[in-house]
Amino acid sequence: MNELIRLLAYMLGIAAFLGLNLAYLGWVERKGAGHFQRRTGPKEVGPYGLLQPLADGLKLMSKQLVVPTNADRPLYMCAPILIMVPSVLLFVAIPFGEHLVPREFNFGLIMMFAFASMAGLSILIGGWGSGNKYSLIAGTRAVSQNVAYEIPMLITAINIVLITGSLDLNEIVRQQGSYIWNWNVFRLDKSILMPVSFLVFFICSLAETNRTPFDLGECEGELVAGYHTEYGGMGFGLFMMAEYANLVIGCSLTTVLFLGGWQCPFGLFPGPHWFLLKMYFLIWCFVWIRWTYPRTTFWGLLNLSWKYLIPFSLVNLLLTALFIKVF
Amino acid sequence: MSSLAQSQLRETFELNIGPQHPATHGVLRIKVVMDGEYIVRAEPILGYIHRMHEKMGENRTWNQFWPNMGRLDYLSAIAYNHCYACLVERAMGIEVPERAEYIRVITAELNRIQSHLLGFGAYIMDLGGFTPLMYAMDEREQILDLLESVTGSRLTYCYFRFGGVYNDIDDDFITGTRAFIKRFRPQIPMYHKLVTGNVILMDRLNGVGPISADLCRKYGATGPVLRGSGVNFDVRRNEPYGVYPELDFDIPVYHECDSMARYMVRMDEMVQSCRIIENALNKLPEGPVMAEKVPKALKPPKGDFHFAVEAARGTFSMRTVSDGTNTSYRMRLRSPTYSNVSLFEEASRGMLLSDALAFLGSLDPVIPEMDR
Amino acid sequence: MSGYFKEIITGLKSLAIGLQITNKEFFTKPITLQYPHESVKMTPRYRGHIELVKDPQTGTHRCIACGMCEKGCPTGCITVQAEKREGVKGKVLTAYILNFTTCSLCGQCVENCKPEAINFSNEYNLASTRREDYIFNLLQKLHPEGVPEPEIDPELLKKEREKKEAAKKEPAKKAAAKEGGESKAEEKS
Repeated sequence: MNELIRLLAYMLGIAAFLGLNLAYLGWVERKGAGHFQRRTGPKEVGPYGLLQPLADGLKLMSKQLVVPTNADRPLYMCAPILIMVPSVLLFVAIPFGEHLVPREFNFGLIMMFAFASMAGLSILIGGWGSGNKYSLIAGTRAVSQNVAYEIPMLITAINIVLITGSLDLNEIVRQQGSYIWNWNVFRLDKSILMPVSFLVFFICSLAETNRTPFDLGECEGELVAGYHTEYGGMGFGLFMMAEYANLVIGCSLTTVLFLGGWQCPFGLFPGPHWFLLKMYFLIWCFVWIRWTYPRTTFWGLLNLSWKYLIPFSLVNLLLTALFIKVF
Repeated sequence: MSSLAQSQLRETFELNIGPQHPATHGVLRIKVVMDGEYIVRAEPILGYIHRMHEKMGENRTWNQFWPNMGRLDYLSAIAYNHCYACLVERAMGIEVPERAEYIRVITAELNRIQSHLLGFGAYIMDLGGFTPLMYAMDEREQILDLLESVTGSRLTYCYFRFGGVYNDIDDDFITGTRAFIKRFRPQIPMYHKLVTGNVILMDRLNGVGPISADLCRKYGATGPVLRGSGVNFDVRRNEPYGVYPELDFDIPVYHECDSMARYMVRMDEMVQSCRIIENALNKLPEGPVMAEKVPKALKPPKGDFHFAVEAARGTFSMRTVSDGTNTSYRMRLRSPTYSNVSLFEEASRGMLLSDALAFLGSLDPVIPEMDR
Repeated sequence: MSGYFKEIITGLKSLAIGLQITNKEFFTKPITLQYPHESVKMTPRYRGHIELVKDPQTGTHRCIACGMCEKGCPTGCITVQAEKREGVKGKVLTAYILNFTTCSLCGQCVENCKPEAINFSNEYNLASTRREDYIFNLLQKLHPEGVPEPEIDPELLKKEREKKEAAKKEPAKKAAAKEGGESKAEEKS
């Protein structure tokens, strides 16, 4: 019975946390974009435009759902749901604090990767089901992009697994001590390439979440709006929300694997606040990057993956294995 | 070119880029036959906002044709004003006061900077970077304010008159222009740091969309497109008009023939335009801005007249045949984008879709001018 | 191989420079002008729609209804309506209609106007969903409370009346002359 109440409480908590994030990350992004561009961003709806997400949501929800004639109706309808479900599901395994984990799995990391790769599939379904050539091109692009970037991401994650000897996310955080030099980014005693490894992982999570400069699935200059060209109203809203949910997941995972999760950088009061601080900092970096760089091309993206990220992560894997064996 | 694009037997599909598409900057439609992500054939289809400006020129009196000049290339309208004014002045043999000539050059060059700024911003936006557009808009707004204070309008200028300009510039405009140039000069290195030096952008532009000088000649491409292909041709130098021969400036030429070269020509032209404006402001003489004795009802003598200017996108020229009445017998406008975009079909064969759109953006098309 | 690493390092450097620039911009003040709350000061030369100029001496417009603006307009968006009134020199303007939907703000009308009766207004806050809202009667705009009647010159009135009376008598004479002429023609045939 206690367990049931605990689960219910977590469910509500996750829903609230997710809802707040999905609504307000959009606001953060628009506000950030505004200030990066010498503008102010939203400011009319509510103080500092804080009610803007509400207005946007109401507008999206009040719109008519139109299914294009050429669309494959069942696929078209289920794609936005399919992209949303795994993103929400993944919050189950994230350790927000030492004792603040919805469910402690001993294979959390694997679950993360397994569900995260569903996003690519649902983008393809959406692109295919729309019956639009632009969407189709975008869908195929997104899939090959996800495939190309999951490889270095996984190899980098294996590093961490080698170092900690565990797939449990909370255990990974626990093993990174309570000082900054004990975090996996700076664990030069395990492999001197750890900072590079962090960078590789960071770039991969950018690509995995389809954010600029890797937003080839959307690519408004070429493919109109990419895989969600034909979606309107809440269908589009779900795609947008899933993007932010994936953003939160990606940044959480980076925080957990490399930045010591809920650990404090100088050994004081570890807890969820540190986790959130680090996660939001990473999200802010994502926003910052989005409003600075132009988009890469498709071949540029694959080049980056196969010429730089994969070799680096492989070398790092070898080095880590060597260090662990020798020392 | 990939082997994929060369084989005609493989399955292809058609893609309509435009007439409503974010990359086409208006209502240009490109019918593309694609093989996967490769372009087999791209055919630009024009005419979505054709307004028959040439025919209008034959129906209206010479004075009544003025507002049309602001509505061809809405981004560098003053250059078009310049061409029309000079054309009729050449036909009528009207002498323009020197001060008016200087004012014409100053406003035209301000307009050129403004046009290139927007071209730069919109181009980077095509490539996915939104922020530089806003910075460029900020600078552009300053120019529009300056031009508004003297011409009265912000975009579709109708400022020049036969024999001079509509009204004189004042001291506010002169100090404002000097202040703007002082403020704008350091911005260009900032753009280069933020955009040109960016490794992602360099990857996208270097070697993309090569156009040889021969191809440019074949299609009559001019302006930054031609100068990016290593041909040093600029009407301001080769066939000087106004007071350009008295001013000090360079023509930027790049020999790489790719999108980056065309982009760089535009960026360097902004610096040169700053130079021209400063130079012209220093030499600005006193005097009237309208020629005396310009008849209200113009009737140019019989004959065939032609005039060309360097607009922001290339050579704009007008040819008119006058039969001695108050309207022209034939009017022909040669607009630069029309020729520049014509070479898209040949040059884009076998390109990747994203490269082709980067290439199209580097031609900097303005659709109303192309359709006329 | 060294080229490979050099490429990475220069690439990363260029990316870092970009981030630096946007970061700097983030902390500068936004330049946005919050339009409905504040607005730009219009320059005196701004070309809004045309308007009739109020002459400070007479307190009304200077239009003589010559129709030069109408003639010079490329799009034919101006209609000048005037009538002849007794005792008033020249024509009296009854309506000056500007169809702003087709006006291209070229300024030909302002230039053509000899008595400088029209000029550009500074109005730019024009928005409506109805086309009819853009067909302005400039005379009404100048005198929203009612157009003042033109002053009647008594001497001119007198002269005109005399002329009219003379004209009234004239047709009778003419008719008589005509009748005579016709009868002559009949005789000839």
